[in-house]
Parts: sequence; structure tokens; C-alpha cells
Amino acid sequence: MTSSLVTKTPVIEIKDLQAKYGNLTILDGISVDIHPGEITVILGGSGCGKTTLLKNMLRLYEPTAGSVKFWGEETLGMSENEFYEVLKKTGMLFQNGALLNSISVYENISIPLEMHTSLSQDVIDRIIRVKLNLVGLGNAIYKLPSELSGGMKKRASLARALALDPEILFCDEPSAGLDPVTSEALDNLILNLKHQLKMTIVIVTHELASIHRIADKIIFLDGGKMLFNGTLDEARGARIPQIDHFFEVGKF
Amino acid sequence: MSISINNNVLTLEGEFTKESVPALEAELSKLNKSASTAGISMIDLGGIHRIDSAGVSFLDGIHQRLGEKAGILLFKGARADVQAVIDTFSTINLPVIEAQREMGFFEKLGDDTIKAYQAIVEGLTLASEIMYYSAVGILSRKGQRKGSTIQQAALLGSQALPIVALLSFIIGFILSLQSGVQLKNFGAGVFLADLLAITMVREMGPLITSIIVAGRSGSAIASEIATMQVTEELDALRMMALHPIRFVVVPKFHAITFVMPLLVMFSILVAELGGAMIAVLMLDTSVETFVSRSIEILSLKDIIISFGKSIWFAWVIVVIGSYYGFQVKGGAEGVGKATTAAVVSSIFAVILFDAVFSLLYL
Ligand SMILES: Nc1ncnc2c1ncn2[C@@H]1O[C@H](COP(=O)(O)OP(=O)(O)OP(=O)(O)O)[C@@H](O)[C@H]1O
Ligand SMILES: [Mg+2]
Repeated sequence: MTSSLVTKTPVIEIKDLQAKYGNLTILDGISVDIHPGEITVILGGSGCGKTTLLKNMLRLYEPTAGSVKFWGEETLGMSENEFYEVLKKTGMLFQNGALLNSISVYENISIPLEMHTSLSQDVIDRIIRVKLNLVGLGNAIYKLPSELSGGMKKRASLARALALDPEILFCDEPSAGLDPVTSEALDNLILNLKHQLKMTIVIVTHELASIHRIADKIIFLDGGKMLFNGTLDEARGARIPQIDHFFEVGKF
Repeated sequence: MSISINNNVLTLEGEFTKESVPALEAELSKLNKSASTAGISMIDLGGIHRIDSAGVSFLDGIHQRLGEKAGILLFKGARADVQAVIDTFSTINLPVIEAQREMGFFEKLGDDTIKAYQAIVEGLTLASEIMYYSAVGILSRKGQRKGSTIQQAALLGSQALPIVALLSFIIGFILSLQSGVQLKNFGAGVFLADLLAITMVREMGPLITSIIVAGRSGSAIASEIATMQVTEELDALRMMALHPIRFVVVPKFHAITFVMPLLVMFSILVAELGGAMIAVLMLDTSVETFVSRSIEILSLKDIIISFGKSIWFAWVIVVIGSYYGFQVKGGAEGVGKATTAAVVSSIFAVILFDAVFSLLYL
């Protein structure tokens, strides 16, 4: 949506990122560029550090070494307030939804709108309804998170991530726990966001069908390292045993 | 960005994003006041070069408000990329879902009354179930883990002991100090022993201990059961053919029944210690006199009442804690509410029952 499209410089540049929990090194030497308007899929076995990578990029955990640039600007040394300006242009769908449990779905989505814009109630109201409708939850608008199913929580969380029309959207396993039809609808929404709004999207997913439908680039993590970074076709041609195995086992 | 009106055509130009929309809204309401929006029949979107969902919602607002006044309204000329965003975020055909209607005063009063009645019925049902399974549980340990009662008793005792000790000592000391001064004026210092023994055994011992146990262990019972409820652990127990009351509540019930009288006894002894210090230091009573007077004044009835009360309070705490635990609604935040409610109600109930006991056995 912005000038970044024209210049084609990466929106996110990660160099030699290292992530640890205490003394335990989870990720080491991760270097990757995320390009504007592309859908990048992060792949890898359960527990290999995909969520950790997302959280470290966004400084929810502070990386122990390396560099992360958003729109060309180094973020790791930024003050909290400077970094909030970056965060306002990004949205995150957490793996477990992470909705605020004591307030309704409507209020969950209205919070970023109320706090970061001075839009009128009518406009906010419309934005909330359309975002919920996009994720197929138009009817759940006044429900409490505890009254939603697991998959519904995720979709509500996606609607919240989209509240401010972020330029970059991060999704941690958006379609895990969804039926194939809803899952496909979600993929179509994600493609729509990419095509119509030129959104840059980073997704963690295990669903092969989904990867085929949406991925422009894939990042494959294994044993704390990045094994591969490139297009799906390149991944097939690269003859990396772990990746071949991943696609082989996942087939019907 | 700008809004202008010419020959009944509303022309929109520039950026329509969440940053610019608030200013546009202000401009539009000015135009509305000057009544020049009345005859508008067409909106020209050709000048919009950037739009987001806030911009689309703003357009939809204009559309619906003006459309109602003017009848049919035409849009024309949006650039393809702008039109794509409009199509994605259009709110025009979205169904409007009504928020739940607020209840009127009498409706709410009636609803609350029914709910209160149901809560009492549910509470009494739970209480009788707990009593039943605890009685059964004395004879057969089926459905309980080995050693769980002992473990609970140890936990309960160790949690409460330090606070009970400290508070009882302070209360015994202060009570004696205050009444000691008065008694001394009348030259009746020796009666301090009688006074303190009766007060502690019949009232303060059970009361202080129960309040501490309600705060420390009643809350723990409520939050433990509530967490298990929220995280589906209770469902998992049922699926393993284990009764949640037998598995979770009965060991606590047995443990507290056993530990509470011990804690009360301990509380009384520590308070007597505080009293004895005052008696010896301030009232020139000898330790022997203090102890023997304390023992003489107490009848068997006093002691039975004291223990009876403390066991009753213990049961009240377990039942109320479990009640709020099982009742929990919502996710994690429900756990906090259940815990707070359990502590407040069990302290309230303990004091209420204490008053009843005092009236019955004066
Ligand atoms: N808060 C934490 N403290 C300590 N270790 C953690 C923490 N969170 C995750 N880990 C460890 O880090 C590793 C990576 O976890 P992560 O959640 O990033 O995996 P993942 O790739 O997202 O897995 P999944 O596909 O199951 O979601 C795991 O081995 C996990 O045990
Ligand atoms: Mg994960």
C-alpha cells in the first residue's frame, strides 16, 4: 500500500538472529528477508521454534543476538515508544488466539481502534462488523471469548489483528483446528488481503494444502537453523532430505 | 484530502485512511449543518488515491445517511485499486446484529431472585453431595488417590500455622493488655485468666483460625477447582470414570475436618501465652495461678462448643470454596472472580454462623 511496493526493498530484514529461553538456544544464525506484498510461510516440525521466531522478530522476547530491521530501520535498539510505532503497522494472530477474556469479541476488536485512532463510533462499528464478517464470525460479535470454539477464537483474533489494516500481518497457525472448508475460506481471505490490499503476510502453518494455495516463499526451520529459504518450487528442487520428507509425509 | 459539493455531486479527493477520516468527518458534519447535502444524487470517488477500511466505512456512512434522504445514490469513477479495497471492506450489505437488550428494573429483580434461589438450591445440593461422599469416603477410599488426605492436611496446616500463630499471639496480648488495665483498676487482675480463657476458647480461637483458613485455604480450594473446570481437567476426570467430588473435594474435606480443631487448639494456646505475659509482667499474677485459673474456668461444654464450631466452620469453608470453584464461568478471568467470591462469602458465612452459635449456646 505504501511506497515500499515501488522500491521493492525488503520490509523485514533479519540477520544472524539468535533466540534463547534462559540458557537453552532455540534458534541460531537465522537470516532472512521478507519482501513486500508476499506471503511467506514458516515451516518446521512441532517445537522447532516457529513461534519463537515470530515472537523474537516482534520483540515479545528480546533476541540474544542479531539484527531485525522493519522498513529498513533497526528495531532491536529502539525504545519502547519508537517500537510501538512499528507495532501499530503490524498485526499478529497468536497461536492460541490470545483474546482478552473478560470482554466481548466486539470490544476486543474495538480496543486498538479506540486507542490508536480518533475515528467516530459509527466508523469503528462498521470496521468491527466488516472485519468479523471477513473471518466469517459476523454472528459472534457480542459473544465472550469463553463462548467461542477454538477455531472461532482464532478467527476472532485474526479480525482483531486486522482492525487497523496492518501493513504486515503475522499469523501463527491460523488454520490449525479448522475444518477444510473454513480453512480454505481463510486462505482466500489471506490471498485477498495480499492482492487487494498489498499486505505483507508471514504465516506459520502445517497444512500442505494451504501452503500450496498461498505460499510465495517458504522458510524451513530445523534443529534451530534455517534449512531453506526460497519459493516452493525451489524447495522441491533443492533435494534437502528433511524438506522432501515433510512434503512426502504430508501428502494424502 | 477534501470534500466538495457541485451541482448535487459530492466529490471526494485524496487519502481516505484512518488518519484522515476523523478530519473528514468533521468537515462533512459542517457541510451537513449548512444543509447543502440535501439534494446530492451522486458521489464522485475518482479523486481518491488511497483508501483503507476506515475510509470505506466512512463512505458507507455517507452512503447510508444520504441515501435515506435522497433516495437512490450513485457512486462513480473509483480507481481499480481503490474499488478493490471498497469491495473487500464494504459494510453496506452486512447484517446488523442486535446487542442483547438490557433488562428493566422489575425484570432484573425477578431474574435475580430466581438466580439467588437457584444458587441456594445448587449450594445445598453440593453440600449434601460433599457430606455424603465424605461419609462414604471414611469407609472406602475408592476414587481417591493414596495419601491425598495426608498431603492435603500437611499443606493446609503448614499454610495456616505461621499466620495463626502470629495473629493469635498478638490478639491474646492486646486483648489482655486492654482488659488488664481495666481489671487492675478494680483490683481484679487475677480474673484476666478467666476472661481470656473464655474469650479465646468460645469465640476468638475458632473465629480467627477460620478467617485465616478461609483466606488461605478456602481461596486455594476455589481457584484449584475453578482452574480444573476451565481447563477441562474435571471433564477429563469424569472420562476416567472418577467422581470430581470424591477425587478432589473429599480429601480436602477430611483433611480440614481433622486439621481445623488442631489449629484452633494451637491458636488458643498461643493467645494464652500472650495473655500470660501480661498477667505476669503487668498484673503480678504468677504463672501457676494463671494456668490453674484458666483451666478451672473452662467447662467441658465450652471445649465441645469450641471444637464443634471449628469443625462446622471448616465444612462451611470447603463447601463454599467448592461451590464457587464448580460454578466458574468464562475463561481464566472466571477463576479470579470465583476465588474472590469464595473468600468473601466464606468469611461472611463464618461470622454469621458464629453469631448463631453464640445465641444458641450462651
Ligand atoms: N516460554 C518458554 N520457555 C522455555 N522454553 C520454551 C518456551 N516456549 C517455547 N519453548 C521451547 O522452545 C522450543 C520452540 O518452541 P516454539 O513454541 O517456538 O515451537 P513451534 O515451532 O512454534 O511449535 P508448534 O508447531 O508446536 O507450535 C520448544 O522446544 C519449546 O520447548
Ligand atoms: Mg508454535
